[in-house]
Formats: sequence, C-alpha cells, structure tokens
Amino acid sequence: MNWDDHAPAGDIVIRTRGLTKDYVLGAETVHALRDVDIDIERNEYVAIMGPSGSGKSTFMNLIGCLDTPTAGEYWLNGEPVAGKDDDQLAHIRNRLIGFVFQTFNLLPRASALHNVELPLIYAGESASVRRERAERMLDKVGLGDRMDHRPAELSGGQRQRVAVARALINEPAILLADEPTGNLDSRTSEEIMDLFGELHGGGQTILVVTHEPDIAAYTHRTVLLRDGMISSDERHTPTRGLAGARPSSDYQRPVGSAADVP
Amino acid sequence: MKYREAFRLAFSQIRSQKLKSAFAVLGVFVGATFLVTVVAVIGGLNRYMEEDFGRRIYGLNTVTVRRIPSVQFNPSESARREWQRRPRLTFEDAESVEARLEVPAIVGVESHNGGEVEGPDGTTLGNIWLTAASPEYFAIRSMELSMGRTYNDAEDRAGSAVVVLGADAAEELFGARDPIGKTIKVRGAPFRVIGVIQKQGSLLGISMDNRAIAPAHSPMARLVNPHGIVDEIVVKAQDEVAMGRAMWELESIMRERRGLRPTDANDFELETAEDSMAFWTRISNILYATFPVLVGIALVVGGMVIMNIMLVSVTERTREIGVRKAIGARRRDVVRQVLVESAALSLMGAAAGILFGQLGAQVVSALTPLPVSVAPVAMIGAAVLGIGVGVVAGLYPAVKAASLDPVVALRAE
Repeated sequence: MNWDDHAPAGDIVIRTRGLTKDYVLGAETVHALRDVDIDIERNEYVAIMGPSGSGKSTFMNLIGCLDTPTAGEYWLNGEPVAGKDDDQLAHIRNRLIGFVFQTFNLLPRASALHNVELPLIYAGESASVRRERAERMLDKVGLGDRMDHRPAELSGGQRQRVAVARALINEPAILLADEPTGNLDSRTSEEIMDLFGELHGGGQTILVVTHEPDIAAYTHRTVLLRDGMISSDERHTPTRGLAGARPSSDYQRPVGSAADVP
Repeated sequence: MKYREAFRLAFSQIRSQKLKSAFAVLGVFVGATFLVTVVAVIGGLNRYMEEDFGRRIYGLNTVTVRRIPSVQFNPSESARREWQRRPRLTFEDAESVEARLEVPAIVGVESHNGGEVEGPDGTTLGNIWLTAASPEYFAIRSMELSMGRTYNDAEDRAGSAVVVLGADAAEELFGARDPIGKTIKVRGAPFRVIGVIQKQGSLLGISMDNRAIAPAHSPMARLVNPHGIVDEIVVKAQDEVAMGRAMWELESIMRERRGLRPTDANDFELETAEDSMAFWTRISNILYATFPVLVGIALVVGGMVIMNIMLVSVTERTREIGVRKAIGARRRDVVRQVLVESAALSLMGAAAGILFGQLGAQVVSALTPLPVSVAPVAMIGAAVLGIGVGVVAGLYPAVKAASLDPVVALRAE
C-alpha cells in the first residue's frame, strides 16, 4: 500500500495509517497492534486506555519512536517516521517527544537540574544554555528550590515533576506519559494531572497511557484499545482537573468525522 | 563538550564504586608498575655497566690481552680445549709490547688470585683478592688513594715487598689504627703497607675493597702465578682512536711473537670494555625481549577484568541506558560514555602504576648502587597503554550497551 496520499497537513501532530506490530515468539506470531489509524491534532489531550495485552504499550512505544512498526505509516509533526534508523529515531525522540514514565526513570546519582539538562546534552547545547533552560523549566514545574537535590531526596510527586521538566525541556511536539500517576498517591496524582492540565492550557499536546478512568477523566479524548485495535475513540469534556473548567466546543465533535481527513 | 560530559559521568561512576573500580584496574596497575620499574632498572643497569663497570673493571680506552676470554658463554668443548692449549702470557710479552707499541699508551701487567692475609696482631683475613700489578695499574683503573702512596717503577723493578690495601681489608686488619708502615703477611711472606685505596664499593655484589695489591715483580707475583707468567697485559691509550690503533698494533705484535701464520687464528684474546659489555648487552636484550611479554600478559588480563567489570556495569545500568536512549542518546553517545569510563578507569590504574613504579625505582635506587631513574618515555608509554587497554576493553561493552533496545532496556529492573 502507498500511504503517501495520507501525509497529514495542518495541525495534525500524529497520524498513523495501518499501523501494525507483530511479535514473533517462537513459532507463534502475536499481533500486538493491527491496522491502527489515528489522527491527533495539536493541543489535544488524549488518554490511551485498554486492558493489559490490549496493545497500548506497543502503541505507546511506536508513537514514542522507541520501536518501529511491522507495517503501516506514522507521521509525527508532519514527517514520516517509518524507515528511520536508530540514530535518526533517537534524534526524533530528543526533539519531538517528551517521555514521562510511571517509575520516573530519573538518573539516581544526578541532581534534579542535571536530570533536566540531559536531553539538551544529547541535543548538543552548551553548558550555559543547558543550565539556564533547565533552571527555567524546574521553576515552571515548581521545583526552583530543589534543583540540587538528588531524586532520592525528593518525594514521588517532586520526582515526577522533575521528569515532566525533563520531558518538556526540548519543547517537544508531544508529551507522552505512560501511567504517570501509577506510583503516586491520589493527592499527588491530582497535582501531577493539574500540572498536565496547565501544560495543555499552554498549548501542549499530551498523550496519557493509563488504565485508570479517573485519569482519563482529565483528558478531552479517550482512545480505547482492545486486541490491538481501536475499539472506541471519543472526544469528551474533561470532568476533572483545571481543564475541566474550560470546556471547549472544539472537542465536542465526534472523532472520525469528515473534518478530520483533509 | 560531549567528552567533558562523558568524563564527568565516568568519574562519578568510578567514584561511586571505589572498591570495584580498584579491583578492576589491578591488572593495568600491575602492568604499568612493572613497565615503569623494569625500564628504570634496566636503564640504570645499562648506565651502571657502561659507566661504572666498564670504567672500573677495564678502564677507559683500555685494551687487555688475555690467554682466555674473561667472560664465556657456554663455550664448546673444542673451544675450551683450544684455550687450554694456548701459551701463557709472560713478562717478556709485556716488555716486548711496551717496547714496540708506537701509539702513545701506558702498558701494565696484572695477575690475580685469591688468598689469605695475616695482620700484625695475628688476625687472619681469608678470601682476599690478591693482585700483582705494574705501577700503572692504579692509573689504568682510575683508583685514588685515601692514605699513603702507590709504588713506583723502581720499587717494581726491585721487587719490593710493599702492598696497597683495599679499604675493607685495611679496616679489618687495622681498625682505626694507621696501617701505613705496618707489616702484613701474605701466605707467610711479609709486605709493608704503603697505601690504602679509597672505598670502591661493590660491583654485582662483590666487594671491590677486600684486596691487596703489590708490585708485579714483588713476592706477590709467585703467590698468584707461576714464575714469569702474567694474567693480563693492559694497554691504556689516550682516547678511543688511539685505542683502536693500539689494538691493531697489539694484535700484530702478539701474532709475531707467537710466530702465527696469516691463516692461523689468534691464540690470545684482545678485550675492551665494550667486548666485556657484550655479555651484558645479551642479558639486557633478553630482559627487553621478555618483559614486554610480561607487561603484555598483565595488560591483557587487566583488560579482560575491565571488560568484565564494564559488562557488569552496563548490565546494571540497562535501565539508565534505556532512559538515555529514550530521551535522545544516539549509539555513539552511549559508546562514547562507556569507552570514556573504561579508558578513564584504566588510565587511573596506569597512573597509580606509574606512581608505584617510581616508588619501586626509588627503592631499587636506595638499596643498590644502580643509578635508577624513571624514563619519561616509560611513563608516557604506560599511560598510553593504559588508555589503549581501557578503550579496547570497553569496546565490546560499549557496543553492547549501544545496541540495547530502548523498549527492553526501559523495562529492565
């Protein structure tokens, strides 16, 4: 198939067409993801949901350019991702994707500041630029007074804030959060989701992979995966968080309407 | 810039695992220590052999005529038999050489033996190095006296029973008393002490001060050799050029005296300090050939240890590597990080080895008369080898780390 006709235009940050991932386990082939077509526009706030084994991790890995699809096309920020080699994918991850993980994944021996600087090192920024931008970013997530602390000296919520600051340092096209509140208590979870809400309000495109409906309730759109396929995809008004106070008619229309396809 | 970051990381990693790092670099440390010490000691030995040994045993610009070689390497039976058939050297040979040599040179004879010496109060010293030598001996061997005088030509010709003692012999026979003018007995024959040589120290563990030297024609002559026979005819020229010429003249004088035809081989040996050094050169060549193998083994073992430690380290940090890759580290970034750490680790081992090697050289220098000093080239070599071992040892772990699938690495515990 030729997907060139499907190259996205305008404000579509993520577009997949026929995105498929098979794993070969011995003699068996597992179809982790089958023919997934999705468009996500700039400044959307999307929850990816589904039971374990539904393919949501695989979907996240493909969207995050950590893995390559067996078949299908993926455009990120208007550029085709398929066929890129490891280093090109690393560059895309560095520039366009900000990861937030369930387990924070901070470097334990590095200060908060250094953790936030890390993507800039791989972007080739100078030490002074790195420092200045990392400090600004830590201020933004409310950790201006914790810059020299190591992860072990920070609370779970603070660690996740450092991780968010690290994810945002290169002004990525998408913020990709994998169960960002999975290791946090409910109060801290709310804080993090409020932070996401603020970022979304500032124009950030956010994808949250979660199995908790409570978390999905903060978002504007919920994509439900089942058996490697999209079983439902609905835009809705957030019922929780800061963004919940700011319903937008833009997000009321059903997904997959003619307006989505150029 | 990226390297600075990599170095910062490497040192933080090494610091966080001090003990493991120390063990990791043991092999490189040993290799570097060995390299620095051995190069220093061989260098010191070389200098010692060339400057001290050559000058003191043979004298500068000196040719020695001998019946059989002074240093022999596994001589064959036939060679040994040939040496035994050679005529001995005589006083007449020496006189003839002195009379016919055209190059200006000092000609002396010497004969050596071991024996017993008895002091005035009956103390007996065994195993004394006895020498019967011409008065020129002291000049040829560059010996200075600490007291008294040496004998002169007249005393030599007259066969005076006078003796010059080595510093140790004098001290053991006379203690603090003045030995000059006193009489000692060498195998029963009385000799009057006229001088004492300045302390010479020891050479390859043999004392150079436990000796008694008397005129060539004195009663000492028959204590060390049969009548009329000498061990060596020594010719000292003014410089190296003159020495070469003297050697050539010596050979023809001796061949003529022995009545050799042009096709006959010499039935005597001509030796110079350089010749005698040949044996040392062989030893040092063997050392130089063997020790790179030993250093190599230490470095290979060291490299293997570092490689294993780095593999463990990479495995332990799988998750971290996954995170780094997720946020944009390319293969070369990961490779660089591991290589720099491995090289830094190895270099630290080498640096410790260089310091320790210097210490070793200083110890050798303090305990032996060898002028041991660490050559800068050995230190640079050890450092370069250290870095090289680190880079080579880090290569496989680095490639392994760089090849990690970020999805798998992020899932690691």
